[in-house]
Amino acid sequence: MSIASKETGSELPRKVTIRRHGVATRLSHWGWAVALFFLLFSGLQIFNAHPALYIGQQSGFAFDNAVLSIQAIRSEDGDVRGSTYLLGHRFDTTGVLGVSGSRERRAYSAFPAWATIPSYHDLATGRVVHFFFAWVFVGVYLSWLLASVINGHLRRDILPGAADLNALPKTVLEHLRFRFDHDGRYNSLQKLSYAAVLLVFFPLMILTGLTMSPGMDAAWPWLVDIFGGRQTARTIHFIVMALIVGFFAVHIVMVFAAGPLNEMRSMITGRYRVDGSHSDGGSGHE
Amino acid sequence: MSSFVINRRGLLTAAGVAVSTLPLSGCDAFDGLLGYGQPLRDFLASANGLTYRAQRLLIPADRLAPEFSESEIRQGQRPNGSTDPTDPTYLALKDQAFAGYRLSVSGLVQRPLQLSLQELQNMPARTQITRHDCVEGWSCIAKWTGVPLSRVLDEAAVKASARYVVFHCFDSMPLGLSGSVAYYESIDLIDARHPQTILAYGLNGAPLPVANGAPLRARIERQLGYKMAKYIRAIEVVSDLAPFGRGGGGYWEDLGYDWYAGI
Repeated sequence: MSIASKETGSELPRKVTIRRHGVATRLSHWGWAVALFFLLFSGLQIFNAHPALYIGQQSGFAFDNAVLSIQAIRSEDGDVRGSTYLLGHRFDTTGVLGVSGSRERRAYSAFPAWATIPSYHDLATGRVVHFFFAWVFVGVYLSWLLASVINGHLRRDILPGAADLNALPKTVLEHLRFRFDHDGRYNSLQKLSYAAVLLVFFPLMILTGLTMSPGMDAAWPWLVDIFGGRQTARTIHFIVMALIVGFFAVHIVMVFAAGPLNEMRSMITGRYRVDGSHSDGGSGHE
Repeated sequence: MSSFVINRRGLLTAAGVAVSTLPLSGCDAFDGLLGYGQPLRDFLASANGLTYRAQRLLIPADRLAPEFSESEIRQGQRPNGSTDPTDPTYLALKDQAFAGYRLSVSGLVQRPLQLSLQELQNMPARTQITRHDCVEGWSCIAKWTGVPLSRVLDEAAVKASARYVVFHCFDSMPLGLSGSVAYYESIDLIDARHPQTILAYGLNGAPLPVANGAPLRARIERQLGYKMAKYIRAIEVVSDLAPFGRGGGGYWEDLGYDWYAGI
C-alpha cells in the first residue's frame, strides 16, 4: 500500500490517503457507466417493439412458450389497462407497464416513455443507440480484462480466494448491521459481487446479445446451442439486464453508505482516505 | 480493525435520493439530438458500418445460417409488413394466379432477363428450414423453397462493376403524411451469392401465400426480416444505392433503420 498523501493531523483515528483505483479501473468504470446507461434505455426501447419473452428457438404465436409479456388490454368496462403476464401469473401494471403517462397523454407501450431512449416509440433509433454503445461496452470490457490480467488487478482484487469465502459469514453479518469495513480493500461481499458482474453478467450480456444476431449465429453456431435458442438468449439478455440494474441500485446505496465524497474521489482521482491504522498492513494495492 | 457505522435513517435517505433520480434519467433529454439527420444520430449510426465490416471479416462468405429439422416447424410463418398489396398491377397478376408474372433482371448484367414463375421453378431449387428473425425481436421457423439468387445472377452474367442487388417490389408502403412508395431493398454481392439466398416461391411445402410475399420473395438468412423483400417485381444489379429512394438502400433504411441487418 503506497501512502500518497500526508496524514491529517494528530487527532485519532488519523486518516491517510492511499492510491486505491488504477487508471484502467477508473476509465473502464466510467466507460461502463455511460455505455450501460444508454444500453439500458435503448434496450427497453427495442424490447417495446415486441414486448414478450420466450423460451426456445422461436416465438410461439400458434403455441405458448412465453414467459413474459406486457400488453395494453381493454377491460370489460371499456378502460384500457396495462397487463403483465409473468410465468403463468397476470398482474395489473397500469401506470408503469403496458399503459402509462397521464390521463391526457396516455402511452400504450410496455415500458413507459421515461424508461426509453428516445422517449417516443422509435425502434430504428433505439437500435442505432444500442449498437453504438454495445461497441463501446465491448471495447471497454476487453481493454479492462486485458489490463486487469496483466497488472494483477483481477487476481488480487476481484477473484475471491479462500480467505474471502471464510470471511463471508462475518462480512454478511456486518453488512446486515450497517457496519462497513473501511480499509480500502474489497471485502468478500464486494469481491463476490464484482466478480459476478464483471466475469459472469457482462460476458453473458455480450454473448446473449451476439446470439440475437443472425450473422453471428452463422459465424458461431455454438452460441445458439449454449443458450438453447435465440429466443432463450433474448430472455437471458433481459434477465441479466435486470440483475445489472439490481446491482446498480445496491452499488449506489453502498456508495452513499460508505461515504459518497470519498468513494467518488477514489473512482475519479484514484485517491481514497482510510483510517491510519490500516497503513501498516496489507499488500500493494492500487 | 476499525469500521464506521451509519444510521438507518441516513441509509434510507440516501436510497431514496438515488431512486428518485431514476425517472429523470431516461426521459426525453436525448430526443432532440436523436432525430433523423441530426449529427449525433448520424455519428452513432456509423457504428453499423463497423458492424458490417466486422461481421464480413468474421463470417466466411459461404458460411450457412443454422438450419432446423421438420419437427421444429411448429406454426405457420408469421406474416409481417405488407400482407395484402392492393396495387393494381399486382392485383391483375394475382387474379391470373401470377401466370403473367415476369421477373425482370436488369442493370449491370450482360444479358437482361424476363423470367416467368414457371421458368424460375424449372431452375435448380433449394429447400431450407431456417429461422426468420424480425427486427422487432421475434423469431419463427419455416421451410422455404426457391431458386438460388446466384443461379439467376449467373444466367444474367453480372458485370465486374456491380456491387449491389436491388429488389423492386409491387407493394406500396406509407411514406410521409399521405404519400406512399414502393417497397425496395438491397444487399451486397456476398449475400446475393450466398448459397442460402434464394428467391422463394414455396413455403412449408405449399406455394408461397400472398401474405408471405407471393409470387416471389427473397430469403437472406444471415440478416433480419426487413431485408427479405416480398412481392419482388424486378431485380436490378447496380454499383451505387444513391439513386434509389432517399439513398438509404431500402424502404426501412430510408426511415432510419440500418442498411446492414446482420445484427
